[in-house]
Amino acid sequence: MRKQALSDEILLKIEKPARYIGNEVNSVVKDLSKIDVRFAMCFPDVYEIGMSHLGIQILYDMFNRWEDVYCERVYSPWTDLDKIMREQNIPLFALESQDAIKDFDFLGVTIQYEMCYTNILQILELGQIPMESKDRTWEHPIVIGGGPCAYNPEPLADFFDLFYMGEGETMYRSLIDLYKEHKAKNSTREEFLREAGKLPGIYAPSMYEVVYKEDGTIAEFKPKYEDVPATVKKQIVMDLTDTCYPENPVVPFIKATQDRVVLEIQRGCIRGCRFCQAGMIYRPVRERDVEMLKDKAYKMLRNTGHEEISLSSLSSSDYSQLGELVNFLIDEFKGKGVNVSLPSLRIDAFSLDVMSKVQDVRKSSLTFAPEAGSQRMRDVINKGLTEDVIIKGAGLAFEAGWNRVKLYFMLGLPTETEEDIKGIAYLSEKIAERYYEIPKTERNGKVQIVASSSFFVPKPFTPFQWASMNTKEEFLQKAHVVNDTVKEQLNRKSIKYNYHEADVTVLEGVLARGDRRVGKVILNAYRKGCLYDAWSESFHNDLWMEAFEEEGIDIMFYTKRERDMDEILPWDFIDVGVSKEFFKREWQRAKDEVVTPNCRMACQGCGAAAFGGGVCFEAKN
Amino acid sequence: MKLRIKFTKSGVMVFIGHLDMMRYFQKAMRRADIDIAYSQGFNPHQIMSFALPLGVGVYSDGEYLDIEANSITSSEDMCKRLNEVMVDGVTIESVKLLADNAKNAMSLVAAADYIVSFREGHAPESFSMKKFLEFCEQDSILVTKQTKKNTREIDLKSYMYEVREDKDGIYMKIGAGSANNIKPDLIFQAYEEYTGISMDEFALKVKRLDLYADLGEEDTHKFVSLEALGEDFYE
Ligand code: SF4
Repeated sequence: MRKQALSDEILLKIEKPARYIGNEVNSVVKDLSKIDVRFAMCFPDVYEIGMSHLGIQILYDMFNRWEDVYCERVYSPWTDLDKIMREQNIPLFALESQDAIKDFDFLGVTIQYEMCYTNILQILELGQIPMESKDRTWEHPIVIGGGPCAYNPEPLADFFDLFYMGEGETMYRSLIDLYKEHKAKNSTREEFLREAGKLPGIYAPSMYEVVYKEDGTIAEFKPKYEDVPATVKKQIVMDLTDTCYPENPVVPFIKATQDRVVLEIQRGCIRGCRFCQAGMIYRPVRERDVEMLKDKAYKMLRNTGHEEISLSSLSSSDYSQLGELVNFLIDEFKGKGVNVSLPSLRIDAFSLDVMSKVQDVRKSSLTFAPEAGSQRMRDVINKGLTEDVIIKGAGLAFEAGWNRVKLYFMLGLPTETEEDIKGIAYLSEKIAERYYEIPKTERNGKVQIVASSSFFVPKPFTPFQWASMNTKEEFLQKAHVVNDTVKEQLNRKSIKYNYHEADVTVLEGVLARGDRRVGKVILNAYRKGCLYDAWSESFHNDLWMEAFEEEGIDIMFYTKRERDMDEILPWDFIDVGVSKEFFKREWQRAKDEVVTPNCRMACQGCGAAAFGGGVCFEAKN
Repeated sequence: MKLRIKFTKSGVMVFIGHLDMMRYFQKAMRRADIDIAYSQGFNPHQIMSFALPLGVGVYSDGEYLDIEANSITSSEDMCKRLNEVMVDGVTIESVKLLADNAKNAMSLVAAADYIVSFREGHAPESFSMKKFLEFCEQDSILVTKQTKKNTREIDLKSYMYEVREDKDGIYMKIGAGSANNIKPDLIFQAYEEYTGISMDEFALKVKRLDLYADLGEEDTHKFVSLEALGEDFYE
């Protein structure tokens, strides 16, 4: 019989017990007596979300290929179980062995969005692991964070022993070997952390100190010891074909958000949208070979039994062998009851043709992401999409039978004017009008346009990292302008306008560009009961505001304040490969409303060529 | 070709609900490369139906699903292939071939066997087997049964075909299926009312042993295991 961390009684009392029992198809079972290092891999959100994350599947597979390592999964217990675990003092456990994670060697946390920070503290507390790094001993696991939010780790610096800057495939083997070596020679935990911090891509926050100026900005950020590097360089995989990729991903019993095989076709993005952090930190673009992807598609479908396969990348349309891959998937699997899903494709004749093969045109909707309403604004953000192209794409889609369109926009972008804001309504209207140009007899009923706007959050390692962010009031006022403008237009009945929550956006803004001092607000908010902040039903803005108040942290300092170009930013010590010079240049070009060509049109010398591969060297190959 | 698959459910798998078991088996068919038939239409789905949903927390030695296959090998081979892709706690017991005009398991189910015992530490102190059997031997046991739409009074006794003490607990053969589905819990609820003792909601550990079709005429019952309605097949 498998060990069960929770009693039958608890499992019968809580919602979706399948979140906690493990035992899924393809979950890995290892003989503990042959293992040197136990690694708990955590996605700090509920199981169904965490299980949908490709990065964890890749690392889980990689770690478990190593004979001396056993990697298991752990997710955030939902609030019902959280309560029971606290009442009954049950330590948080990993799914596979059901053993308490406090007895593991490592706890790795993937940090995908800012609004999961309180969930990280929940994992630690329920795990019975001291929340702050300074209180941990060799008795506790090494807590290491990675993922996009690790590119500004400072708000979380107190809670992590280490951060990993870059793609997990590269440095983990060295880190684990170093760990084994230090355990064997009885080093102190501190000695280990200091050595680990010398590995490329590994950041040990406790080895650095920060001095602030009177105005609250950073005066100095420096290592405490001479042998600790002053900058931490991002690590990436240069050959994405000859590398590990799972063939047997774990198949959840309950429906996960991604209930399908996911093929990651490339990393990075050539486009250089100025608001997009992912487009910068994952530079340069590196593609996987199409033959490898075909082979993985076969194996993963067979080994999981999933009925759907999907492509994953920041911009699939830019994958150079897309046509070949997509046609292969359709020809090979469509007849076998397997759906092919194609997200993030640019709408053009090719994509409409393949989409009409894989989905029911009348029942599905098409997605456009113009991101901004006016051409001026799109030039500022370097979204190289013109109105002409959007209307043409919509026209092609309408003529092919689609009549539902989703549009994604942002509000609160730098330099935004009233006209730019209203542009969201105008563009939606023009798309509706394009639909009604089709003769009545050839149309498929009414057009339905759903325009959504999120509020812009400036992110580290983008040209907008210095920019002022709007306040909640400004955001909402702008959303009302869009809404009123939509309501005044001819096709108002065909256009539905939604906007994201402003409260949570402001908080995201603080955490995204915060420094070490913000950590105590996170801890305070967690102590007040904040948890699952990414879920609107459990987000308590009032508690967060109290926490800022009590800790004496000024929100505006982190959001509204435009940074000086030579200010030391909290994340400046990280080298993502793209130079600060490039970001400065791009910030100026944004202000000048000048579009920058993408990597394939003309290299901009962003610095990422130093990695020695990918798109930067394509022409020379 | 119609096939009937018998499986067991134990261990942590008892916490997986019926809908998720259906999803589990859909994926298992693909992993085992079973040549299952699909419905027509834009989003084809596998032709598969389960005999009777099993509640969360209930163990079973005899669950059934029927599928339609385009091609088959042998009972043994298909059983083996399916078992190779099962998780701990689900075992395929048999794969049988049904006649082309056979009714599906869902419409045939008329009775089920159960073993009921108390979960460790949950047995009510005042429980007596003798008293329970006495209760079961009454001429009628009237209860009100709550359905989604209404409540109605039924006589449990007419669906209790056999109840006796067993080495693992209480054995019972009772009505099951869409027309006369009564669950062991319902009998224990009536027993609680009868004796005035109360049990906590997790007290019962229920295991289903098998499901039966009723091939009897009019007033006589002739219960036949759903498995026995199919045949082994060979390559
Ligand atoms: S170096 Fe040039 S090609 Fe390479 S990522 Fe930067 S801009 Fe693109």
